[in-house]
Amino acid sequence: MQKLNPARRARGWRESGVALLSAACLATLSASPLAAAEAEVNIDNFAFAPAELTVKVGATVTFRNRDDIPHSVVSSNQSFHSSALDTDETFSFAFEKPGTYEYFCGLHPKMTGKIIVAP
Amino acid sequence: MSIEIDGKKIDRRGALECMVWAGAGVLWTLDGGVPTSKLLPVGGAAQAAEKAQKGFSFLQISDSHIGFNKPANPNPLGTLQEAIDKVNSLPEKPAFMIHTGDITHLSKPEQFDDAEKAIGEAKLDVHYVPGEHDVIDEQNGQAYLERFGKGAKGAGWRSFDAGGAHFIGLVNVVNLKSGGLGFLGDEQLAWLADDLKGKSASTPIIVFAHIPLWAVYPEWGWGTDDSAKALALLKRFGSVTVLNGHIHQLMQKVEGNVAFHTAMSTAFPQPAPGTAPSPGPMLVAADKLRSVLGVTRVEYWPGKAALAITDSSLASS
Repeated sequence: MQKLNPARRARGWRESGVALLSAACLATLSASPLAAAEAEVNIDNFAFAPAELTVKVGATVTFRNRDDIPHSVVSSNQSFHSSALDTDETFSFAFEKPGTYEYFCGLHPKMTGKIIVAP
Repeated sequence: MSIEIDGKKIDRRGALECMVWAGAGVLWTLDGGVPTSKLLPVGGAAQAAEKAQKGFSFLQISDSHIGFNKPANPNPLGTLQEAIDKVNSLPEKPAFMIHTGDITHLSKPEQFDDAEKAIGEAKLDVHYVPGEHDVIDEQNGQAYLERFGKGAKGAGWRSFDAGGAHFIGLVNVVNLKSGGLGFLGDEQLAWLADDLKGKSASTPIIVFAHIPLWAVYPEWGWGTDDSAKALALLKRFGSVTVLNGHIHQLMQKVEGNVAFHTAMSTAFPQPAPGTAPSPGPMLVAADKLRSVLGVTRVEYWPGKAALAITDSSLASS
């Protein structure tokens, strides 16, 4: 976690809108210390994006359907399985073990993707 | 069994000989989807021949997507009702109806209820097969099977005879494989082989399934991985008609004795293969929507190999 420069912080309130803004950004980041362990995969135009994603072990990946048609997320080795996601619905899964997880859409199996979980 | 003709009793063998000899003198009528044959009085042979040649017709509707509510059609129940009104206004009542899947959008009970109620207004027997949108309940298709699976095998495949033709409803939307297309599976293919066993090669075969049984556009998943195995089993038949849905547009192809045809949706159109970034719903101007939705009427004429297929849009009178 990055720390604010104390000298800059002292000047901040009076003269630097920029410093204020960055302080606000940092506050947001520090409020969610797991930010680095969360990732999102979007479903757009019958495709997972990114189709291949690398995360650290323990990371939670959220799949969001942004199409007008329902999709699902089904692991090829049965380690996870969403229900059908209608428009804007999400499915999250925490990857607790390192490895490569291939998945596809149970309705449109031409749609495939891969999550690589690094140790 | 014996039948009386002109006051003369004839036995089953005699009746069959008579049917063969008279040919067109057998009038097929369909009562609630169940065909019964009647031997006509010999004296009225000419009239009988004329009647028998009329054949019979049935309707195909597809992809009603009840529950869809996006701009491509905010009210698919309304357009389904319009399609059923169209069926009801036909001058000749069809023998029955087939629905080639995606009855609902999300397999929800109220969506099935609304669809059944609207389709029921046609007061026809309906033979369903599921689309991928009908088997996404938490129990992987149980909701569909509880409603429409009576008498069906496996995930809902079935066959029946009507008007001298053999109808086969196949399911190619379950147990789909990563990277694949529609899928029939070995269990269903074994059933199909058995179902066709002993059928005369001259029996007209009508196959219906949701996803096309030919490679319309595999890049968009518009095809069925193991359809070649099913078509191989149908090869010996002189007349095979394959009716599909799924792609929400008309498409047809003839290959040997097999005529392939896809129907319009009653809900929303989809783009022609490869003309859009994805096969998702296609937005057309509101006043154009009904010209790209519709129903299909299929007519079977005894003695003619090809069935007459007529598509009419909801915009046509």
